[in-house]
Amino acid sequence: MNRREALNRVALLVGGSVIGADFFLSGCKSGSSVDTEDLFNQQTQAFLNEVADTILPRTQTPGAKDANVGNFMAVMVRDCYADDDQKVFKKGIKQLEDACDKKFKVGFMEATVEQRTQLLTDLDKEQAAYSKTKEKEAPNHYFTMVKQLTLLGYFTSEIGCTKAQRYLPVPGKYDGNYPYKKGDKAWALA
Amino acid sequence: MATNTYDAIVVGSGISGGWAAKELTEKGLKTLMLERGRNIEHIKDYVNANTAPWEFAHRGNATQQMKKDYPVIKRDYVLNETNLDYWVNEHDSPYIEKQRFDWFRGYHVGGRSLMWGRQSYRWHDTDFEANAKDGIAVDWPIRYKDLAPWYSYVERFAGISGNKDGIPILPDGDFMPPMELNVVEKDIAARIKSLYKGSRHMVIGRVANITKPHENRTNCQYRNKCWLGCPFGAYFSTQSSTLPAAMRTGNLTLRPWSIVTRVLYDKDTKLAKGVEVLDAETNKTYEYYAKVIFLNASTINTAAVLMRSANDVWPGGLGSSSGQLGHNIMDHHLNVGAWGQVDGYEDKYTYGRRANGIYIPRYRNLNGEKRDYIRGFGYQGSASRERWSRNIPELSIGAKFKDELSEPGGWSMGIGGFGEVLPYHENRMWLDKTTKDKWGLSVPVIDAVVRDNENKMRIDMMNDAAEMLEATGVKNVNSYNDTAVLGRGIHEMGTARMGRDPKTSVLNEFNQVWDAKNVYVTDGAAMTSAACQNPSLTYMALTARAADHAVSELKKMNI
Repeated sequence: MNRREALNRVALLVGGSVIGADFFLSGCKSGSSVDTEDLFNQQTQAFLNEVADTILPRTQTPGAKDANVGNFMAVMVRDCYADDDQKVFKKGIKQLEDACDKKFKVGFMEATVEQRTQLLTDLDKEQAAYSKTKEKEAPNHYFTMVKQLTLLGYFTSEIGCTKAQRYLPVPGKYDGNYPYKKGDKAWALA
Repeated sequence: MATNTYDAIVVGSGISGGWAAKELTEKGLKTLMLERGRNIEHIKDYVNANTAPWEFAHRGNATQQMKKDYPVIKRDYVLNETNLDYWVNEHDSPYIEKQRFDWFRGYHVGGRSLMWGRQSYRWHDTDFEANAKDGIAVDWPIRYKDLAPWYSYVERFAGISGNKDGIPILPDGDFMPPMELNVVEKDIAARIKSLYKGSRHMVIGRVANITKPHENRTNCQYRNKCWLGCPFGAYFSTQSSTLPAAMRTGNLTLRPWSIVTRVLYDKDTKLAKGVEVLDAETNKTYEYYAKVIFLNASTINTAAVLMRSANDVWPGGLGSSSGQLGHNIMDHHLNVGAWGQVDGYEDKYTYGRRANGIYIPRYRNLNGEKRDYIRGFGYQGSASRERWSRNIPELSIGAKFKDELSEPGGWSMGIGGFGEVLPYHENRMWLDKTTKDKWGLSVPVIDAVVRDNENKMRIDMMNDAAEMLEATGVKNVNSYNDTAVLGRGIHEMGTARMGRDPKTSVLNEFNQVWDAKNVYVTDGAAMTSAACQNPSLTYMALTARAADHAVSELKKMNI
């Protein structure tokens, strides 16, 4: 982002604003007290990748698991999230498991693709409704975080840039009236 | 001591310092350019210029550790992972905010010329005459005609792309071919022109990116990664432009890690004889001597150097006799504007990433109009198709959602205002007696805020933006007027203003310090008012003009 992009506030992000990007988050105190290393264990990584892959599955192009979005989520939560958001995210993993168990009597990893999709569709409705009315200071919804990080992690990954979108490192020219037809992929960079 | 003697010394290596070095060396002066920070070599040291987006661990985002280390620049988009090493170490170089002042600094060779926004606009006589007509502060000692040839001169060398729009308030310059408005911007521009009957205009931005090869530089490749440093040298920076020109003369010595602690003043001649330098790496002190000194350390630091040059003749600092040194801090106020969605154009897209946007020059308080505030504002912005970050309410998750997000969304258009800030005597800085930086130097205290005139102007800035977008067919228009904070414009100005009278100004019409005529100040400190245009082009023109004057005065033995 540069100044011109900052001026053009057009991005309408999931949940309204980018979690972790607030300028005056409480997270500026020294050192995080939240242990996030367990996000990197094999089990959690597999879980996060499956959740991400339910949000952005493999289609004609590779999916979120192919781009290892689970690892990206863990890195962002560890390094970029404020303590409060880290806690919400960690607790959210358990909440998501519990919600799955309550709905289908199975854990998320054992659930079918249809069950996973149904569950996350419901959670997305829940987070959208919550984010719409939440007070600024109120905690963020964990699924807002999961969805944001999945989109960010996937569409800025090498796979997301070069396979799901078109990546042009050196365009060399500008055309402000370039033809487009439905189905053409977006450019990977703004 | 002979090796420490030069014809000229330039303090600072940013946009104006680079110009001073180029002009003085090309006119034959052996010149020493002092830079307080490290060297950054053109291309070689642009470490992330060719880094792919996915190679950044946080994809450019700021970490909590970065927010802790950079408590000031974290306040805006400036704090990011991609060019972090271009921003000042805030722990080593603190300052005190009497009231919140977002000071975004780059302490290295090239200064902020590496990260600047590159928008380059001439001023108009309306701007130079404003203080006199309004009866505030002091009158500029120059008019447009004094600067016009120098605007041309710097535009031709720096390479400013732009269109000759023929708009009186925004004089045309000596431009490279313009960049292009995109299809949506073109239509909105045409509607603005007809709706407002030629009294408002939306034009392509005038930007210091070259659009054809120039001076061993490759034209812009439309990567929009300027602020990482350009390996093509396509935008104007000290490194791409003025430094190589100065080096070619064989007359330039560049000394990084050189903090100028003070100007050495000779009471007998009433001239400066040199500067004292603290080596930032070794903490050793050196003296360098020259016949002429250019201060281009940027607005706050240039005033700080002058204040630290206090002596028994000038206890308030060199240039303090008028009582104006450190006062009249200005900036541009922003974070106000509107955006919305544009229907249609689904069969249109853009190719390439244009490092430029649109410009709507000032139209308020002109031609006899009188608002409830004085002066005016301009807008910058752009139209573009939305990307994966957009919200698709009807789709939630899954295959269809992903494939939809892999395609561009609808068009949107946003504009943000840049408003003039008046020169208030009360907006000022001084040096703190107790707080020291890493090198033991007193740190600046900044006490500056926007006031009534700016806040009234912001209402228009918000409402006009929404009104223009709606009137031109933009849908779902949202407007905003966030808190205005000085410094945020990164256009700080005014701490050593030019004027006609040594009793009320620090500098004369040629940017000479009234109290020491061989000291020239040609960075933002010199500004008598702020106008609403991005100021760097004016600093360049003032610098080239002052350098010409200095050499002529040296020849005449006047300094």
